[in-house]
Amino acid sequence: MSVARFWRETLRRYNLGGSKCTECGKVYFPPRSVCPHCTTHRKTMGRLEPVQLSGEGEVFSYSVVHEAADGFEMQVPYVLALVRMKEGPILTAQLVDVDPKDVAIGMPVKAAFRKLKAEGAGGVIHYGYKFAPVLSPTEKVG
Amino acid sequence: MREVAILGVGQTKFGELWDRSFREIGIEAGFAALQSSKLSSRDLSALYIGNMASGTYIDQEHVAPLVLDYSGLAGHHLPSVRVEAGGASGAVALHQGYLAVASGLYDFVVVGGAEKMTDVPEERGSAIASSAVDQEWETVFGATMPGLWALIAQRHMHEHGTKREDFAQMAVLDHEHAGKNPFAHYRNKISLDAVLSSTPVASPLGMLDCAPSSDGAAAVVLGPLERARKFTDTPIKISASQIATDTMAVMHRRDVTTLDATVLAAKRAFQRSGLEPSKIQLAEVHDSYSIGGLIALEDLGFFPKGKAGGALADGGLGLGGKLVLNPSGGLKAQGQPFGAVGIAQVAEIVRQLRGEAGDRQVSGATAGLAHNVGGTGATAVVTILERVN
Repeated sequence: MSVARFWRETLRRYNLGGSKCTECGKVYFPPRSVCPHCTTHRKTMGRLEPVQLSGEGEVFSYSVVHEAADGFEMQVPYVLALVRMKEGPILTAQLVDVDPKDVAIGMPVKAAFRKLKAEGAGGVIHYGYKFAPVLSPTEKVG
Repeated sequence: MREVAILGVGQTKFGELWDRSFREIGIEAGFAALQSSKLSSRDLSALYIGNMASGTYIDQEHVAPLVLDYSGLAGHHLPSVRVEAGGASGAVALHQGYLAVASGLYDFVVVGGAEKMTDVPEERGSAIASSAVDQEWETVFGATMPGLWALIAQRHMHEHGTKREDFAQMAVLDHEHAGKNPFAHYRNKISLDAVLSSTPVASPLGMLDCAPSSDGAAAVVLGPLERARKFTDTPIKISASQIATDTMAVMHRRDVTTLDATVLAAKRAFQRSGLEPSKIQLAEVHDSYSIGGLIALEDLGFFPKGKAGGALADGGLGLGGKLVLNPSGGLKAQGQPFGAVGIAQVAEIVRQLRGEAGDRQVSGATAGLAHNVGGTGATAVVTILERVN
């Protein structure tokens, strides 16, 4: 992916910036300029406001990927998931800091800022969100 | 609006055709289709080609006039149009040809589909395949094509109690049928155990749940039904050709375990044709990943939600059954040259309805359905075909 193409979405990818319909209140990620939910969606054009997601959510579905996406070869096997955010929208992202065997639907997770991939040996490094399990206060990392 | 008939079909063998170029396979399929009708190339008004990604697979865009040219038809200066809709490029191209003939604007058209996928290394091929899903919000976060179908599968298992073995059966059935199809990429039988223990790709999917990258082309000749008898003894009527769409990304679907695009295309197609699922004797469904075939059986209306798994596990969807599923071997075993898939499905149903399917003939078939999907379900096309008596 070209530098500019990745760069123009960094705000959303770094900060989980979504959008919220000022008519119906539904939250979208990535942000949309028209609300697909409102029946008179023409009325919502340009009337969605930016909203930052909390980063809290739960695993909606998952898969342990063994044949990597382009640029993710060094990470296999990795867990790919659909994460349902507290605010409603579902995101596609990797799960990290977890043994693939321990992943389950419904597991609470929280967004983490991580390196996604590099564009070859000399290319730019892309950063963005992944999700890690929420540890209870009695659990320790490591 | 005029009724539209298929007057001829043709296709190449699917597989790793390293000695054959894109234009060669396109021409072979087109001529085979013309030869199976009594039409001459002089009768044609236009050519449509379904093709997903020639620009990235073979660095060649503008393939529609290229194939027309090397078919010897450049001097006819016919309209020649490429259509792209991911893995549904073939059936969407067929829809364009259908509209043109139905409207009366064109009389006879050839609709082909072609893809040349094995000129690039495997990893490059996977990256190109995933360009049919959202590159900015899915693949950039590590999603792959099988990974996204795996997310659908995992959720389907969670919500509907579907078992891993249920969709593995889809691949077993495909290979059983493909053994009887001389065009098929893979003609070997595989066991359920082989699928379950195949190299993991994206859990729960293994290598044998995934359709291959194939080279191949297929073509059909369309014309008005009222003039069809002059060109073939067995015209096959296109009773419906319906496209529906949905969100690009799996994460945005109303229900991750349902392809609403399939549900709607099927509903409209059954409405248009006046048929219902129980009247269909054979179906070619889009099983680029085994779970996709299982979900298609539900979304097309053949089984209630959550019941297709049991039906696959029980058997009964093979030759001799009430509904024969993927007699060609499906995408898994006949092969998956993206742009050609939707046309090859229709070609198989036409051969079956004409009674020309050899060892894999579904006896007495009068109505068949083809189901072609782009991406993970952002586009779905349902085509219903009937024998005319």
